[in-house]
Amino acid sequence: MVNGLPAVTALLPALILAFTGLALLLVDTVRPDARSNTSMAVVGAFGSLAALAATVWLTASGGVSPDGGAVLLFADAIKVDTLALFFTAIFASVTALVLVAAHDYFHDHANPAAFYSLVTFAATGMALLAVANSLAVVFVALEMVSLPSYVLVAYLKQDRGSVEAGMKYFLVGALSSAIFLFGISLVYAATGSLILADIASASIEGLAGVLGVGVVMMIGGVAFKTASVPFHFWAPEAYEGAPAPVSAFLSSASKAAGFVVAFRVFTEAFPLEMAVSANVDWMLAFAILAAVTMTLGNFAAAVQEEVKRMLAYSSIGHAGYALIGVAALTVDGPANGTVMGAAMAHLLVYGFMNTGAFLFVAMAERWGVGRTFEDYAGLARRAPVASTAMAVFMFSLAGLPPFAGFFSKYFLFQAAIDNGFLWLAGLGAINSVVSLYYYSRVVKALWLDDPESSSALDAIDVRPTALYAAVIFAAVATVLLLPGFGPVIETAEAAASALF
Amino acid sequence: MILEALMAAAFVGALTVFLAPDEWAGRLAFAISLIPFVGSLYLWSGFEAGGNALLGGEIAYATQIEWLEVGGRSVSWFVGLDGISLPLFVLTTFLVPLAILSAWTPVDARQSQFYGLMLFMEANLLGVFAALDFFLWFVFWEAVLVPMYFLIGIWGGPRRKYAAIKFFVYTNAASLLMFIGFMSLVFALGDSVSSFALPEIAQAIAAGDLGTWFGIPPDRVAMVAFLAMFLGFAVKVPIVPFHTWLPDAHVQAPTPASVLLAGVLLKMGTYALLRFNFTMLPEQASMLAIPIAAIAVISVIYGAMLALAQKDLKRIVAYSSVSSMGYVILGLVVFTEYGIGGATFQMVAHGLISGLMFMAVGVIYNATHTRMVGDMAGMADRMPVTVGILVAGAFGYMGLPLMAGFAGEFFIFVGSLSAPALPYAPVFTALAMFGIVIVAGYLLSAMQSTLFGPFELETDYEVGPAAFHDVAPLAVLLVAIIVLGVAPDIFFEMIRDAAVPVVEGVTIDG
Repeated sequence: MVNGLPAVTALLPALILAFTGLALLLVDTVRPDARSNTSMAVVGAFGSLAALAATVWLTASGGVSPDGGAVLLFADAIKVDTLALFFTAIFASVTALVLVAAHDYFHDHANPAAFYSLVTFAATGMALLAVANSLAVVFVALEMVSLPSYVLVAYLKQDRGSVEAGMKYFLVGALSSAIFLFGISLVYAATGSLILADIASASIEGLAGVLGVGVVMMIGGVAFKTASVPFHFWAPEAYEGAPAPVSAFLSSASKAAGFVVAFRVFTEAFPLEMAVSANVDWMLAFAILAAVTMTLGNFAAAVQEEVKRMLAYSSIGHAGYALIGVAALTVDGPANGTVMGAAMAHLLVYGFMNTGAFLFVAMAERWGVGRTFEDYAGLARRAPVASTAMAVFMFSLAGLPPFAGFFSKYFLFQAAIDNGFLWLAGLGAINSVVSLYYYSRVVKALWLDDPESSSALDAIDVRPTALYAAVIFAAVATVLLLPGFGPVIETAEAAASALF
Repeated sequence: MILEALMAAAFVGALTVFLAPDEWAGRLAFAISLIPFVGSLYLWSGFEAGGNALLGGEIAYATQIEWLEVGGRSVSWFVGLDGISLPLFVLTTFLVPLAILSAWTPVDARQSQFYGLMLFMEANLLGVFAALDFFLWFVFWEAVLVPMYFLIGIWGGPRRKYAAIKFFVYTNAASLLMFIGFMSLVFALGDSVSSFALPEIAQAIAAGDLGTWFGIPPDRVAMVAFLAMFLGFAVKVPIVPFHTWLPDAHVQAPTPASVLLAGVLLKMGTYALLRFNFTMLPEQASMLAIPIAAIAVISVIYGAMLALAQKDLKRIVAYSSVSSMGYVILGLVVFTEYGIGGATFQMVAHGLISGLMFMAVGVIYNATHTRMVGDMAGMADRMPVTVGILVAGAFGYMGLPLMAGFAGEFFIFVGSLSAPALPYAPVFTALAMFGIVIVAGYLLSAMQSTLFGPFELETDYEVGPAAFHDVAPLAVLLVAIIVLGVAPDIFFEMIRDAAVPVVEGVTIDG
């Protein structure tokens, strides 16, 4: 631990997030009738930025234990390592962006206070998920993320779309939680342990079949959380119906939370050698899911008429790319750590560009300009700065240089090729080309098309400062992560390599 | 650090102008664009490097800073200039202020965005010519497309959206092909290169370090890479039959964008062909010499014939660019000192001349609101200065001695007539020379019917001389064309210095 601080300091980011949530409740109690949510936004943003600062500090100070390795806490149920910190940085950044943006989005909501604490508690759950080293903690943390998320999706109580989306999300989520939990119980039955390292070393004589079913069920849980095939169909509904800041939060942070489970649990509890020898080849399962997910997401996105729905499907497509991180792995593969690290770096970049894109939609909803591509026509005339930011997000999501999405995708595909998965990388590249079509439709609508009528732009009557700040910050990050990609990918690769 | 400073000036300038009010965006952008220009003159005056940057020559104003690492190879911020890139660098900084001036009259909406994009494009163009690391170069290369897409799509003519998307799709698809081609080379080099620095890769290929990749033998990898890169760059140049995006883009683009498109963006293609295909894979180039020379000659003749058939002045100039780029390809493929040197010189010369032509046609269009040959006559009556410069520029296009175009084409023909690497070189050269006759034919006939004779044009307003800030850039360009024609050595000497190593094959540490 850094300079003799107690080991629990390693949990600082999660603790800060939890205390921020409590502080938000306190603020609401002190000023229950306050019509302004400024104080909530300020407290929430500072809290999440403090958590981000804590993760950066812990990472930069050379690991969290004296020898630079992981810190194990609470009878090995918690493991803080660079992987966890990396993901926590993603969660904290997205949370900060979303909380700031929500200030303007919920400006006339009757009760905005609960939103802030729910997002922060969900983020706490994610931070806990990142450090979970036992399947029990994984499940509890997963539910801690899910329960606030259901409420958040249905947060606009008067809006039928929002409520319906929340209901669907809740039903699919409850089902997949049950499946995931049942999978955990089967794994426990086969191995007699919930701690990841003990599962890996347990003897599974004659119980490989039980373990296999358990692993498949756990894959289902991961697929739900990351919005991957076959548990993806809630995502377009939920993202479309939810308030846009919530869609941003779910599609960026919550998705990354699903991936941290996949990355840590599968590599640590079911190491590659054991998976192959016990015939529980989860890598192959993920490879198929990755291929189907990215293709389905991209082609479905290409035929959408509403921007938010297109972004929802594009988010499914990106889940497919990130799944390469757990798919393109082989026993003694030369680039196992590289490929997973590249997927982590992609998730970080994605956290900024995708959150930014959804927050731009939030801005459009705040203005009330409509939902389809046609409704976005000519917005650049009245809002050039925000539209520039949106163009940056779109080109970056498509993987076009000179934006960070280019490097994160290139490194991912390159690592997959190095590990012998040329077909997966090739499929990813083809999907990226397809994606340029629908992403550029947004840019075309914003910048090239003329507004449908001369009064169509009059909807842009306010300049929501906080929303602007969040969108611009995300855009600047998306651009600056290109020159600054070096430290990101190095940290991610080092963190991922430690798992193999 | 001066290269970085000039690029940063353009970048920061772009942001500043983008956020500035429309009223003074044009003037501000012009003032900012003078900074890179003055800076590049300073670079030029202090330029002393010799040899080719890729082949072990001295690199002027070089900076190399490690950026990141991918697959065991380092990517760095590596910029620098040699005798081939410096003239193109100067050409860019010279054309951008003039193009900005030429926008003052026609661009009347969303000015700050327009000028911001122009400066953003300049910054990336400078990056393309200065970058010596593949990834850095590729980032700049792609980043040029984005502002051009917007410039055509927002401020273009009636079919601007179609033209912008066609341009974007064509050139992006081409980039992908080229990227794959180059990457296969890097993979085939395996552990013999430790970075994506272009000099290191070029020298490793020359040293015969290409290995097998996925079971494909080295010479086949090189051939596939050559073809993929050639096709990728051919779209950009453009070479027949990949030229169809060009007339659309040119005709729809606003004048200042056309100036940069013809003046600099097309040169990115030929520059990249020279740097990648002909410098790195000379063997494959000489194996394919006959087909490439044939394509070059076809581009020359076919482009000129297409120009002959056009009625739109801008289309005529656009197609004649296809023709002129054919000469450049011919110059490259013959692999002689004068051929490659002349091709590079022709890039600069054509940049100036086509810039002048597009600008002059734009000035006439501002006044008449038509570009159709049949719609107007006797423009010389009303706009004597503009027309005078346009005629002079057209003669430059036809290769009038003492103008830059003559020098470029002359060098190319001298180089190609006696080319040992290209069989039947005299035949190809003679055929290409015939292209000049067609150029003279269509330019003279178009000018005859629009510029001279009694004035004829139906308007409800008086057509008068153009404003000073419209004519001034034309005059400056004409002066530059004549200076370069009278004293080609101000560039040609350094170009030849950098071209000789390409011809001689690689001399490592030479």
